[in-house]
Amino acid sequence: MPEILTYDFMQRALVAAFLVGLAAPMVGVFLVQRRLSLIGDGMGHVALAGVAVGVITNQAPVLTALVFAVFAAVGIELVRARGRTSGDVALAVMFYGGIALGVVVFGMSRSGTPTNIDSYLFGSIATTTDTDLEVFAALAVVVVAITWALRPRLFAVANDEEYARATGMRVTALNITLAVLTAVTVVVAMRVVGLLLISALMIVPNATAQLVAGSFRSAIRTAVIIGAVCSVGGVTTSFYADSPSGGTIVLLTIALFLAASSYSTLRSRIAGRRHLEAERHEHEHGADCGHPAIEHGHHVDYVHDGHRHAPHEGHYDEHDPARSGSHEHPADPDRLDTHDETVRH
Amino acid sequence: MENGSPAIDSAAVASQLIVSLRSASFGYGDRAVVSDVTIDIQAGEVLAILGPNGSGKSTLVKGILGLNDHIGGQVELFGTPFDGFRDHARLGYVPQRHTLSTSVRATAAEIVAIGRLPHQGWLGRVNQEDRRIIEESLALVGLADRANAEVSTLSGGQQRRVLIARALAAQPDVLIMDEPTAGVDLANQEVLSQVLARLVGRGATMLIVTHELRALGGVLSRIVELDAGRITFDGTSAEHDRWHDAMAHDVEYHRDEHHHDDDSATSTSTAAGPLDRLAGGRSA
Repeated sequence: MPEILTYDFMQRALVAAFLVGLAAPMVGVFLVQRRLSLIGDGMGHVALAGVAVGVITNQAPVLTALVFAVFAAVGIELVRARGRTSGDVALAVMFYGGIALGVVVFGMSRSGTPTNIDSYLFGSIATTTDTDLEVFAALAVVVVAITWALRPRLFAVANDEEYARATGMRVTALNITLAVLTAVTVVVAMRVVGLLLISALMIVPNATAQLVAGSFRSAIRTAVIIGAVCSVGGVTTSFYADSPSGGTIVLLTIALFLAASSYSTLRSRIAGRRHLEAERHEHEHGADCGHPAIEHGHHVDYVHDGHRHAPHEGHYDEHDPARSGSHEHPADPDRLDTHDETVRH
Repeated sequence: MENGSPAIDSAAVASQLIVSLRSASFGYGDRAVVSDVTIDIQAGEVLAILGPNGSGKSTLVKGILGLNDHIGGQVELFGTPFDGFRDHARLGYVPQRHTLSTSVRATAAEIVAIGRLPHQGWLGRVNQEDRRIIEESLALVGLADRANAEVSTLSGGQQRRVLIARALAAQPDVLIMDEPTAGVDLANQEVLSQVLARLVGRGATMLIVTHELRALGGVLSRIVELDAGRITFDGTSAEHDRWHDAMAHDVEYHRDEHHHDDDSATSTSTAAGPLDRLAGGRSA
């Protein structure tokens, strides 16, 4: 058995890290979709005030942080729903007010307190109590379950709020739910990744997934896998390297992001060189266009004047092996070209 | 509303009132943008709402959809008073969007699947039946072969048709479209009007906000014109032509702007027909 697993405490820490790694990108994808990538960071600021109040009043900091973060979440959504131009400024006041209050209240606590502000800001799983870890794990399971259940509706609202409203969806309630899920995720992750770094675990795995995925479904799956692997990997690395867990996790996610973005740049450059555009034509191929359709992997080629046109972005590509020279579809990495061709017409 | 697609017999449809407004006003807060609108829309009608920018056409349809504030007058949808109306999925909304949100990846099929949500429970997921309706909706707008395409890779006109397919997937009783042809190039306008003609051929009821009559050509059965928030004309395409010709005697420059083929009206007078479910119905 590896050394890390011989400690009961580290076993629990790894489970907590795994669950946080699942929950953060799963909630985060909807924040990315709504272009609210930094909202988790703001909630982390407010949660710090909650932690400080908990420390000074001898309440459980997790509980007080949760209360503060959830209030902030609801407040943010209400400010946003009003759509005031000053909303942006109101959020800034709330966020910096939160972190300032946190620092000042921490300063007032008796110097004998073992609590270290850094362990909340940057994560320190090694100093977390077992009870806290259990609470975090339970909350993370709840966040994952609710997010999974609401996934189609959260996607619909983030994609087109007006349409969702027109079909009778309870848009405001769903937005507040997402904000509360974000708040709970921030608190759950504060000892694993830290309040100042949690936003990275929500956003960066999604940024990476967006580079390689071709659909929302595959993007969310990729992001959750990246999140879980980096979170568990980061805690493991920090155990052996004696580094802070939060920073290690975030550096891992960023390393993956950089690797994926160099890969996708390289790929699109190669693809740009290889693929051959068909001649321009106004005609749009379709089911009734008269050109024989041939299923070709995951798309349909149309036989046009004796050669094959495949739709690609705004134009058609030549897909005749003899004409195009290459038969790959580099633009769609996760679509294996199976070449099971069946003529439909 | 029961889940699925209830078969509606044509006799009942012929007299079915989809939208009924009596001196209705809509706007934002207390400020009415359209006021004193009285209009009945029957099943099977293909109605264009015309008017210059700022005349309140979008406000009117958004009011019917419940997206802004209902300030005064009576509104009934499918015979139900506005305040008690909960069956929003019967109104198939195609918003005016120049592009789909591209902040995250999504395929055309994933966007169209959103239209199925009103028919799914909270824990429901896309099932066999949903998948069939999604495919049919994409086929109706001529995008069957692009179901798995990432939407940001599609052209503007194709993205517009994805939005029509999304509305169709909800199996609505009326399609409400806001400027479906605006900002779309000519080749794509052509495809779009073919799509609309195909829907009309299936007996769809449509409410189309537009300022380009030409692009809609032969599909319209009725035209309502708004100016400064009030209805200034309500009649058939042929009547609209005559009305405009009369106006053109006074205002010469109007002629070019609004000239269109006379026969467009006669060819569409048969548009009203049995209300088929727009997509995925049992008509096949």
